[in-house]
Amino acid sequence: MLYREALNLALDHAMEHDHRVVLLGEDVGFYGGNYKVTEGLYAKYGAKRVIDTPIAENSIVGTAIGMAMMGLRPVAEIMTANFSMLAMDQIVNQMPKLRYMSGGKLFLPLVVRMPQGVAKQLAAQHSQSLEHFFASIPGLYVFCASDSIVAYHGLLQAIRMDDPILFLEHVLLYGLDFPFEPLESFDPFRARVLKEGRDVTVVSYLKMTHDVLKVSQWLEEKEGISCEVIDLPSLRPIDFETIYGSVKKTKRLVVVYEAPKTLGLGAEVSTRVSEELFYFLDAPPLRIAGEEVPIPYNRKLELMAIPTPEKIYTQIVQWGRRHGL
Amino acid sequence: MSQTLAEKFYYLMKLGREFELRCKEEYLKGNISGFLHLAVGEEAVHVGAVVGFGKGDLFCPYREHVLALARGIDPKLIMAEMFGKVTGVSKGKGGSMHLYEPRLDFYGGNAIVAAHLPHAVGAGYARKLMGEKAGVLCIFGDGATNNGTFFESLNMAALLEVPVLFLCENNQYAIGTHVSRSSYLKDLFLKARDYMPSVQVDGMDVFEVYRAVVRAKEYMEEQGKPYFIEALTYRFEGHSMADKGDYRSPRELEMFRRRDPLELLLKRSLKEGWLTEEQVRLIDQKVERLIEESIEFALNSPEPSEEELYSDLYCGVCSDVIP
Repeated sequence: MLYREALNLALDHAMEHDHRVVLLGEDVGFYGGNYKVTEGLYAKYGAKRVIDTPIAENSIVGTAIGMAMMGLRPVAEIMTANFSMLAMDQIVNQMPKLRYMSGGKLFLPLVVRMPQGVAKQLAAQHSQSLEHFFASIPGLYVFCASDSIVAYHGLLQAIRMDDPILFLEHVLLYGLDFPFEPLESFDPFRARVLKEGRDVTVVSYLKMTHDVLKVSQWLEEKEGISCEVIDLPSLRPIDFETIYGSVKKTKRLVVVYEAPKTLGLGAEVSTRVSEELFYFLDAPPLRIAGEEVPIPYNRKLELMAIPTPEKIYTQIVQWGRRHGL
Repeated sequence: MSQTLAEKFYYLMKLGREFELRCKEEYLKGNISGFLHLAVGEEAVHVGAVVGFGKGDLFCPYREHVLALARGIDPKLIMAEMFGKVTGVSKGKGGSMHLYEPRLDFYGGNAIVAAHLPHAVGAGYARKLMGEKAGVLCIFGDGATNNGTFFESLNMAALLEVPVLFLCENNQYAIGTHVSRSSYLKDLFLKARDYMPSVQVDGMDVFEVYRAVVRAKEYMEEQGKPYFIEALTYRFEGHSMADKGDYRSPRELEMFRRRDPLELLLKRSLKEGWLTEEQVRLIDQKVERLIEESIEFALNSPEPSEEELYSDLYCGVCSDVIP
């Protein structure tokens, strides 16, 4: 099932069963969504529940917050995470704070969806990965979907929850076809071990999870290195227990992410592992991440700025050689 | 009618005034801390608006003690919140700027200028979608009308036909900057006129505020659309306790103090025979007693326990409506 179809299916299912679920955002209704995630829902549920808004990100999220306070279950779409910077006040000062500041009197059953990451030559203002911003804020949950299973089950669970959730998608995943089967239950807070392995634990999320799965096959075939691949459907909180369990076994950790390396998710994951499992480790943790530059337009430069399967492969091999793998 | 209203207005405005002046004393004693913004001088706007609006949701800025009192939140719970006690209306986690009581449709106190305007739009949309008529009252200062979110919210409310009463309390100062130095349009109600019915009223006259709000409410209930009121007022104190307000001349202050909304109401009510000296004395006594009780309650209330640090961050509840 296509990733975008899985998201659409989750929204459709939620709207069908709960009349309190409403969608709002730029172009989500009549137009069907810029990535076609909400396609068909306007015709099915009408303009009152699938609300086309002006280009006013702060007010889109703010309006969704007001709706949630009154008991609706809004799912707001920000066209891309880059534009969410205009909604930072609502995302940072409001969504995560209102319940706490009210001593638990307010409930915010709210989901804010947005895609992020490098697509192809969209230049610096349409290519960012901002998950570390959001994941640093207590009071938010930050989910991210790396395939159609998380896209469907993760989003549906997010809509069911009475807490505010930021739901990250990746622009390059929308058109990809993934194996899909409906699960009996799905816990978005649990990290997913997508491939078991002996030698290295590789943690990633969103699109990088695919690149890592591909690389793990190459490593197995060409170098005899066995990777345990862990995907994170939740970046706040992060399921460290699953990561610790894996690293105790493999004794090596690699974190792969598309954002610039500095102060990214990799810094948090590798520091926690170092703090908890220092004496288990056979090698210092490795971060494979983006370069410290805005994403350039030129395709050659663009690919230089982010991890690619080839680069992930080479860096793991070189790091492994330095540390007795 | 005027008699009943005058009594109600005088009681709430006197309560608001004395409550806040006592807060100032308690702040200087160290019992209240952080930012404390007093609405002394603006009581006619707060009381006239809340009473006139009646049933419906309230979204307020950080200068919201009088609004909370007028909505009927127990002064004890507000004072305990100011003291940071667990018995406070927000369990001591919000403080002066963050009073919440959803059971009375009171949705705070927001400390980010103009941030609560879209909340009001969303709330109004939700209420309308659920078939409720009451609408939403959203109060903010003159400073908010220069913020992008203000224009976003006017546009959104008009476009989606959401019954929100946008009430601008123009106290003429955004902290220390006079409105003439922060807004190109001097009459702030003009900013909304192309989106919705928009009027300007004397915010020192509680009856005038009340009547304008009642008219707005009728319009909103009939049409299901937004409305805008600018109430001209003045704050007698500084922006917060950290601000002496000395950027204003003594002459200017004196000019507005002569139009003290509480004094105006009292004089007029006695003159028109809406209130007797005896009634006023009884109300004053009641107010004094309530404030003493609230201080006693706040002083004797416990601090939050250590577990409170992590509670109320997430509710951890899931709806089971969606299979």
